Amino acid sequence: MSKTITIDGKEIPYEDGQTIMDAAIAADIYIPHLCHDPDYEPHGSCKLCTVNVNGRNCSACTFPALEGQNIINQSADLEQDRKRITQMLFVEGNHFCPSCEKTGDCQLQGVAYYLDMHDNHFPHFFANREMDASHPDILIDHNRCIFCNLCVRASQEKDHKNVFAISGRGMNKHLIVNSITGKLKDSNIHINDHAAHICPTGAILIKRTGYKVPIGERTYDKQKIDAVALAKENKHHGR
Amino acid sequence: MAAKLRVATTSLAGCFGCHMSFLDIDERMIELAQHVEFDRSPITDIEHCGPCDIGLIEGGVCNSENVHTLREFRKNCKVLVAVGACAINGGLPAMRNHFKLEDCLNESYIDGMGLENAQIPSDPELPLLLDNVHPIHEIVKVDYYMPGCPPSGDVFWSFLSDIIAGREPSLPYELVHFD
Ligand code: SF4
Ligand code: SF4
Ligand code: FES
Repeated sequence: MSKTITIDGKEIPYEDGQTIMDAAIAADIYIPHLCHDPDYEPHGSCKLCTVNVNGRNCSACTFPALEGQNIINQSADLEQDRKRITQMLFVEGNHFCPSCEKTGDCQLQGVAYYLDMHDNHFPHFFANREMDASHPDILIDHNRCIFCNLCVRASQEKDHKNVFAISGRGMNKHLIVNSITGKLKDSNIHINDHAAHICPTGAILIKRTGYKVPIGERTYDKQKIDAVALAKENKHHGR
Repeated sequence: MAAKLRVATTSLAGCFGCHMSFLDIDERMIELAQHVEFDRSPITDIEHCGPCDIGLIEGGVCNSENVHTLREFRKNCKVLVAVGACAINGGLPAMRNHFKLEDCLNESYIDGMGLENAQIPSDPELPLLLDNVHPIHEIVKVDYYMPGCPPSGDVFWSFLSDIIAGREPSLPYELVHFD
């Protein structure tokens, strides 16, 4: 008999070595997430996937699934926490969606829409962040980076290049590029690298592709992020 | 028939796009007119708003006059609504927050291309610019938010229909956009 955990009263199977997020995705249960992608090592930084496990809050993407877990994923409290976390991500960076090429395809927006977030609640930092447009094909707008580490992981784990790293802490945290000038043009990133395409926000963009699909006809204009994420991340959908 | 709701609207640091979008409710305006009457708004051209049920604010806060207008709205309106990206997060005008105010003024009035008799305007009648453009919730308490740049006519209609019917306003998924 397979082992099981319970999410919102529903019993689902899991295998040893799976996290709560892995088991949930396999069972077609959406737990909001931004820094997680099943193709990469979990990072546990965005905390959007916070669930309540036997009375304690944990990150579903890093917490192992274990026999006897009673997990709450959907509750008013968790929804509120997740909304506040998302609002913090918005005020920490500079998210001017109307001027962003990624709008409509952006996972940060997708999550915000899913959580029925209409405002940013907190005072804005309006931090001064740079843009690196030096590379002929790829652009980084640091104003939109949420430090999910996905480009770092993609570059290391799939491209085997190590182009990106996150440096500094707290307010001073920033994404750095591994090149002699710190500019993308002097790194060995290539337009076909996984790292160039993984960014969940509009921080890393491919040049000259921005408006191929018009605003209003983009991913989250049409579909909620729970359906989009499960369809993409759950391998059995492809079978 | 119940007394009409009194609505005031204004644009602070915004482009009037949200007001234009409001007009996109088209012929529903006639039905709306049976339930609301306008206090201060571009339609009435009244200078100061009086006691109102609903205040719709477009645009963020970029100068001293915006602060006064916003506070006057908050004092007079039972329900204050931040309309559109600029009111909610500063929007595109807040993109100037990355630059020093002095540099912005120099670029516009001194160093800009094709300027004759270049000078920074300093008439005492002009409101003083703030260092930063602020979303309105950083200055006053806001009751509701209508996201979008601008929110569509349907957002205005959905929100006002809810208020008129005495329902808690809520927006269906398809109407929520940040762009
Ligand atoms: S990255 Fe997403 S949230 Fe940020 S400005 Fe672009 S569309 Fe908006
Ligand atoms: S640039 Fe994008 S992928 Fe990289 S850490 Fe920032 S948000 Fe994540
Ligand atoms: S998805 Fe789990 S912490 Fe980001």
